[in-house]
Amino acid sequence: MALGKITRRAFLGLGAVAAGGLALGWWRLTRPWPNPLEDRLGPGDVAFNPYVLIGADGSITVIAPRAEMGQGVSTTLAALVAEELEVGLDQLRVEHGPPAGAYFNEAMLADSQPFAQWDRSWMAEAARAAAAAAGRTLGLQVTGGSSSTVDAFERMRKAGAAARIMLIAAAAERWGAPAHALRAERGRVIDPSSGRALEYGALAEAAARLTPPADPPLKPAGEWRVLGRPARRVDMRAKVTGAPIFGIDVTLPDMLFATVRMAPRPGARARSADLSAARAMAGVRAVVPLDTPMGHGFGVIARDTWTAFRAAAAIEAEWEDTPHPADEEAQFAALARGLEGEGFEMGGAGDAPAAFAAAPPQEVLRAEYRVPFLAHACMEPMNAVAQLAGDRLRIWAPTQAPTLVQEVCGPAVGLSAEDVEVTVTHLGGGFGRRAEADFALYAALLAAHADGRPVKVVWSREEDMTHDAYRPAALARMRAHVRRGEGPLALEMRVAAPPVVKSVLGRTFPSLPAVGPDRPILEGAFDQPGAPLHARFEGVPVDLGVPVGFWRSVGYSFNGFFHQCFMDEIAHAAGLDPIEMRLRMLSGPDFAPARKALEEVARMSGWGDAAPGRGKGVAFTLSFGAWVAQVVEVSARPEGVRVERVWCAADPGLVLDPRNYEAQMTSGIVFGLSAAMMQKITFADGAPEQANFPDFDALRLDRCPQIEVRLLQNAPRMGGGGEPGVPPAAPALGNAIFAATGRRLRSLPFGDAVKFV
Amino acid sequence: MKIVVNGVARTLEVDPQMPLLWALRDHLGVLGPKYGCGVGACGACTVWIGGAPARSCVTALEDVDAPVTTIEGLPAALGAQDLTAVQQAWIDEQVPQCGYCQSGQIMAAAALLRDDPAPSDAAIDEAMSNLCRCGTYPRIRAAIRRAAAMLARASAAGEGAAAPGADQAASETPVAPDAPAAPDAPAAPGAPAAPDAQVAPDAVPSAPGAPAEER
Repeated sequence: MALGKITRRAFLGLGAVAAGGLALGWWRLTRPWPNPLEDRLGPGDVAFNPYVLIGADGSITVIAPRAEMGQGVSTTLAALVAEELEVGLDQLRVEHGPPAGAYFNEAMLADSQPFAQWDRSWMAEAARAAAAAAGRTLGLQVTGGSSSTVDAFERMRKAGAAARIMLIAAAAERWGAPAHALRAERGRVIDPSSGRALEYGALAEAAARLTPPADPPLKPAGEWRVLGRPARRVDMRAKVTGAPIFGIDVTLPDMLFATVRMAPRPGARARSADLSAARAMAGVRAVVPLDTPMGHGFGVIARDTWTAFRAAAAIEAEWEDTPHPADEEAQFAALARGLEGEGFEMGGAGDAPAAFAAAPPQEVLRAEYRVPFLAHACMEPMNAVAQLAGDRLRIWAPTQAPTLVQEVCGPAVGLSAEDVEVTVTHLGGGFGRRAEADFALYAALLAAHADGRPVKVVWSREEDMTHDAYRPAALARMRAHVRRGEGPLALEMRVAAPPVVKSVLGRTFPSLPAVGPDRPILEGAFDQPGAPLHARFEGVPVDLGVPVGFWRSVGYSFNGFFHQCFMDEIAHAAGLDPIEMRLRMLSGPDFAPARKALEEVARMSGWGDAAPGRGKGVAFTLSFGAWVAQVVEVSARPEGVRVERVWCAADPGLVLDPRNYEAQMTSGIVFGLSAAMMQKITFADGAPEQANFPDFDALRLDRCPQIEVRLLQNAPRMGGGGEPGVPPAAPALGNAIFAATGRRLRSLPFGDAVKFV
Repeated sequence: MKIVVNGVARTLEVDPQMPLLWALRDHLGVLGPKYGCGVGACGACTVWIGGAPARSCVTALEDVDAPVTTIEGLPAALGAQDLTAVQQAWIDEQVPQCGYCQSGQIMAAAALLRDDPAPSDAAIDEAMSNLCRCGTYPRIRAAIRRAAAMLARASAAGEGAAAPGADQAASETPVAPDAPAAPDAPAAPGAPAAPDAQVAPDAVPSAPGAPAEER
């Protein structure tokens, strides 16, 4: 439907605008999506709803329609259903399922509005409701924004509850017993009065003929048996036996192998190319030009991946220059020029310009901070398998956005989105990189040159790292009015960075303009609890010609660093303890979760105790609905700085699986520390300079600090888990380095200034 | 080219300079070793050659001078019925997140424990240089310790190197992070662990075996 497509695309660009629902007409908002499982039922199989399928053989399948990229989402989503369906996680199979509007994500859009998480004003709530409604209507199936469990929390429990109620009703009918006298337990309906019992499989067909309950009641949390405790992940055995579960492992009969060699400078085309050497190589089947809004270059189809890699390297091309700043120096000069002009504001309070005009100059603290571009560097390089046969395109891909893959790839080969069948595999890391569609698009285009055979397109690590949708570089200028003994009286943060939403939209749906301010430029700054009386947050979008995208925690990844290191500077300028100053700023019931997280992390880390040669730094960031405080301890040794320990107190309001949530915090900390210590993507002559792990490394086991995580549940609303562990890690490390060495580092990675051991 | 992979002699008609990794993955349908960097920097492709851990992405086929063991053949190589102690410990500690690097991590850890049944932290640091972008390192270290304890127990009981089966392991108390429970949402340290459910085997079409040219 044309309207549906246009609005879906336009909404991606709304960024901060909450009018999506209004634009569509409210009448559509209640339209139920068809159940995508209906198309694939075998004889005797029963799909109770888009999440619960009971097979003719009695097997129970739960659809967990979010990308499993390590965050454990397939297990936790299945647990939501299992809890209400009254089955154990050991009794069911978990599948990702087909791409479908029914698997819309409303929570992610609701959380992308220009309001702080604790802001429950009428306007903020109306914007969230409109965005959530638009999410339902547009049917965007996407895994991102740490939104999966929040989004599924009601919906998937209700799916389980509805199926259970229907199964009990069917048993009641069969036995002539009142339904309220029966109960469900571990996949069976039991009649306690007689002891008789029936497996769900024996009841499924009769149950499916009943009318589903409109609004099934849910168990109170106190009665949970699956949720709220550590579940054994459903994907563990596959992952310790090397099972072929990833996109790169897809193997089909008659399959060809391929790779890509794209322009080294983003946006450039080949001015000329000599493909003869590549084409002449034994085992090479085709060398194909690729010209797309996501990149220009060549694809090579061959008998195996290694041959494709070698042939791609043998392409002799002269690439266009691009008009963009060519290196790091020019890029940061452009960002600095951006800060000379005006941008957009979000949040804020009081009258900061007047407060600074009135402040004595010696009481104004100023600082400039910066961060580089970053690659995602998923362990599994970008890849996809595609097969184009007649008017049917089939794609197997490790993707965070399967409906986007359909919309991008169908039209690229002359088909509609509905003609594209997508199978979502496990993801060998995602971190936001796999919300892009480039790897699927290139595979679709190469499939058109394979005579109907499937083609597996695997990027080399070098292609992957030099053709990312990077975390933006960013430059911040901040000032604060600080009086000794007091916290900041006024704060101003001005941040210049390439706009993420505009960049994503520009390459994904080039015909549509982006509208609204780009929230990532200021998130992690404007929306943090405890702003001073006078506060101003201004973002300046500066396009540097570098594709930027969603990198685990997005804008929080840099604003958390800017904001929380500057808070540390303010505390030292005011002569206050950094935690004590934050606690003072966080008065009122809205910010109680932040206070409690800080108090807990202070207690865990023995905050006041300073060992000789060591230093501790603290940071707190509220992101994706989780309130996270971290303390990092470093030791300053003659040979360099060592990151010794990290303590983390995290409050997502409700913890569905403590062991898994702890793993996500640990993961976020290691991810954030890796970036802060050693990662940067720099440009020379318009092209990324780092191409593989020797140039762009991450923490390894030998330097990984001890990490201790405690989970709190004071926040009034549920938050996510995949990203919120990341933002506090870099500032806590920077503040610890200051505590240990007296050196205030305002530029990432810190490894440019200190040696880590 | 002839190589022995997981105890089976295989013949390959390919360039002898092809890295072992791509021969395994694209020509022999052995998909446990993963491609991560192609330069020997990340360890996702780790296999054993003659029992020693090696990075198969930088080992040319012509240099493979001993039998190759991949994650698929690890239990047989160590005489385990089902999972090796290292694999079982990996499950017990719930190590993997995305899981992509874990074949390599397990191959490195299994070699370490075979040669040094009670490794020091320094020995673990030295042996475990593989990259994990999910940051599972603390649990990897814990799992190596757990596997070492399992092997020590098995050795004391004279059972050899085989790991206990999943049934026995499931009765162990799981490690629960001490999450303070909200009044209405009890986190339950010490709750009995459910046995592992299986991931849907047809989530990805599985390898049918060797491609046409070798069959």
